[in-house]
Amino acid sequence: MTDPATDPTAAQRFIEAIPHSKALGMRLEAIGDGKAVISMPYDERFIGDPSTGVIAGGAVSALMDTCCGAAVMSFPGARGTATLDLRIDYMRAAKPGQRITARAECYHATRTVAFVRATAHDEDETLPVASASGAFTMQSVTKEGEA
Amino acid sequence: MSRPKPEPVQVVKERRDRALKTLVGGIPYVQFLGIQFDRRGDELTAVLPFDEKLIGNPFLPAIHGGVTSAFLEITAMIELSWSSLWEDMEKGTLDPRALDESHMPRLPKTIDFTVDYLRSGLPRDAYARARVNRSGRRYASVHVEAWQDNRSRLFAQATGHFLIPGKDPRP
Repeated sequence: MTDPATDPTAAQRFIEAIPHSKALGMRLEAIGDGKAVISMPYDERFIGDPSTGVIAGGAVSALMDTCCGAAVMSFPGARGTATLDLRIDYMRAAKPGQRITARAECYHATRTVAFVRATAHDEDETLPVASASGAFTMQSVTKEGEA
Repeated sequence: MSRPKPEPVQVVKERRDRALKTLVGGIPYVQFLGIQFDRRGDELTAVLPFDEKLIGNPFLPAIHGGVTSAFLEITAMIELSWSSLWEDMEKGTLDPRALDESHMPRLPKTIDFTVDYLRSGLPRDAYARARVNRSGRRYASVHVEAWQDNRSRLFAQATGHFLIPGKDPRP
């Protein structure tokens, strides 16, 4: 995988190009070969339950969706993608104040469809906060009639 | 035999709007995305006014899939809370004047959420309505649909399972 530390500008450009990912303060940690790691800081604006201070499930799903899409884009031969369906299981509440990191892997792709799974952790890596699995469209370079 | 005089319409409306406003207004992420709720009787329509920061693909441009998912999940969760609040208000067991940010019914917790993306979200306002298909003592199943220009052309739909909180107020 490419370490964005060696090419931080490319990684930053990737996030800057997606206005919503930028709005959520996402940071691309690693990407390449159908895998991606993206993190998001804790921010009081993203709280979903004011009585506990826990981040909204929706913010976690935005992180998961971005990370899954990035994994598909980094799959060899991929040119474009869009989410077809995404299921998220919420295993536990993320600890307020902690950064959330998502890891996604495109584990299989045909010329038209990419299958992805992902997990999200807070600073405790032993039990995920959430897991996801989804199907994404795949626009690949080998599509008929295209280079 | 005489029936009690019905309450003035303004009093009823004010009570219901106040309960809805307290429920929705206390959630920072709802404010961050700019989601509003339109109420007609007990029916809620969530409205997501378009904003640049909601874009996921600037080349199309299209709304971020994560925004769509968050919009649907919030709509489902608010509908579920609202339907239980409504029941308690109608029975008279809950007085919305006693509700404030520190005295709200606890929000349901999402167990899982599955989004079906049907079309790309256009750079326009989006709307969503949720339906509680089953709500038991502990678990609820909620379906939610979102559209933009035409009610019959959905751009996304989702089903989610939620854990229903106990009846005691938030700690």
